[in-house]
Amino acid sequence: MAKPFDIRRQTGFNAIAMACFVLLYLPIILLVIYSFNAGSSIAIWEGFSWRWYVSAWQNDQVQSATVRSLVLASCAAIFSTACAVPAALATTRQGSFKGHTFVFALINQPLMVPEIVTAVALLIVFAAVKVATGYTGFGYLILAHTAFCLPFAYMPIRARLQGMNLSLEQAGADLYGTPWRVFRHVTLPQLWPGILAGAMLAFVTSLDDVVITEFVKSAGQDTLPTYMLGQMRRVVTPEVNAISSALLAISVVMVMAFFFLSKTRK
Amino acid sequence: MSDASDPVARRASRNRWFLLTPALVVLTLAASGPLLVVMIYSFLTPGDYGGVVWKPSIDGWFSVLFQRDFFSEELTFADAHLSIFWRSIWLSLMTTIITFVIGFPTAYFIATRPANRRDTWMLLIIIPFWTNLLIRTFAVMELIRNEGTVNSLLIALGIIDQPIQMLFTDFAVLVGMAYVFLPLMVLPIYASMERMDFSLVEAGYDLYATRWRVLKNVILPLVKPGVIAGSILVFVPSLGAYVTPRVLGGGKQLMLGNLIELQFGQGRNWPLGAALSLTLLFIVTVALLFYVRAAGKEEGHHG
Repeated sequence: MAKPFDIRRQTGFNAIAMACFVLLYLPIILLVIYSFNAGSSIAIWEGFSWRWYVSAWQNDQVQSATVRSLVLASCAAIFSTACAVPAALATTRQGSFKGHTFVFALINQPLMVPEIVTAVALLIVFAAVKVATGYTGFGYLILAHTAFCLPFAYMPIRARLQGMNLSLEQAGADLYGTPWRVFRHVTLPQLWPGILAGAMLAFVTSLDDVVITEFVKSAGQDTLPTYMLGQMRRVVTPEVNAISSALLAISVVMVMAFFFLSKTRK
Repeated sequence: MSDASDPVARRASRNRWFLLTPALVVLTLAASGPLLVVMIYSFLTPGDYGGVVWKPSIDGWFSVLFQRDFFSEELTFADAHLSIFWRSIWLSLMTTIITFVIGFPTAYFIATRPANRRDTWMLLIIIPFWTNLLIRTFAVMELIRNEGTVNSLLIALGIIDQPIQMLFTDFAVLVGMAYVFLPLMVLPIYASMERMDFSLVEAGYDLYATRWRVLKNVILPLVKPGVIAGSILVFVPSLGAYVTPRVLGGGKQLMLGNLIELQFGQGRNWPLGAALSLTLLFIVTVALLFYVRAAGKEEGHHG
């Protein structure tokens, strides 16, 4: 019996798609495998070992870079979400308003402008501020990260607000709830998944950033990605694989959590 | 109603701007404000040890395209810059084409799965997208370096005796960019394919069209907005790529991003760096405008 004619099939497409998935994952999987290599090569397998994780863990530079990355990503996630929630409320409620194109352009600017351009712009401004004030601390990185994480925090919150049923808020207002109480007891409980999703996206975005951090950081302010970028100039040992794999694990967990979080709202 | 004299509307407006203040302050301080400063810096004179001297000059913009001969003061095109511009545009176009050739069938494959499986397939595309770009670049580097997996495998199989030098070539940069930006092509194409009406495809076959003709004359036109969006999403970050050409090009195969960085490092020519940044921004803006026009036209056709 001949196979029924499948209108969805296109010759070779399945093969290319399979190749695509293999190509997408093969390099990452190899990278993780060699992080467990007992030898110091990243291409010749010499048996299983945790030694590179141990050596990364005991490396002072890696330790401080890890702490710095996590603190920075947490600050960026908290601050950008704190800015994004009111901004999303202002842009989704009460219809369109004068200047809303301008506001959208401003919020989305970090997505439109190439990262290298933003990085250079921040380098120029912060260099001048550093000279003028003498302050060379962590604040510049926090400010920069908060800014470019803002659109990532904003998008899921806005999407959540747009999908929300307004009648509950109106009912709250009808029952003489003050705007704050309505927000606190009606809007916020429904908004939580969006806020959480936004904060997580911001966290991952900050954790992954190389370019802007590389240009903004003062001496001795390496984050994990900029530390790794510096290492790649030299002979690479599987220690970099070990750090990469750990970072990879964090990202994958966050993305999976985000994925299921956004699925539950349907 | 929306009249400014209406007290309710006025209070709503005041509320709105109050709510927007934190976001706008942060973005002005660390996004749009600095961009304006870049514009000012591009018209200043470079300082001897980096930085700028507050003396107006158009030399920064001038040297984007031209150079003055040191001895004869003769004007010529800045060949080094032009070749980097050209390489950036060429590599970005090639990246866009490669990601399309691989990404289109992949998006099609996912869109034709049963509805309850599609999300899982998409998750497989999204995970690499949210994985650190530097790590993915590093993964490619390990694969293609002289003592890397590909060369080791080819030598072990006896196909070659000497490792092929792939790292630090244009090829390496191209492979790396295609690898890291591939999900950006798949996502929007999939988004428009998912909404596609397959009864149109069926109609094509009923009219005795071949699979190729259905693909070319039915499917492609239907998902064109997704293809355009994907191309822009790949082309724009490719053009401004910094990490991938730095790691895989090894500082030899420069792209625009690296040329810009050079001006703030060894080059010590901040005004030129600022002018180059704005040139890059200009090219990106043109690409985005092209996208907006193309997308608008599409909507006009179907709507």
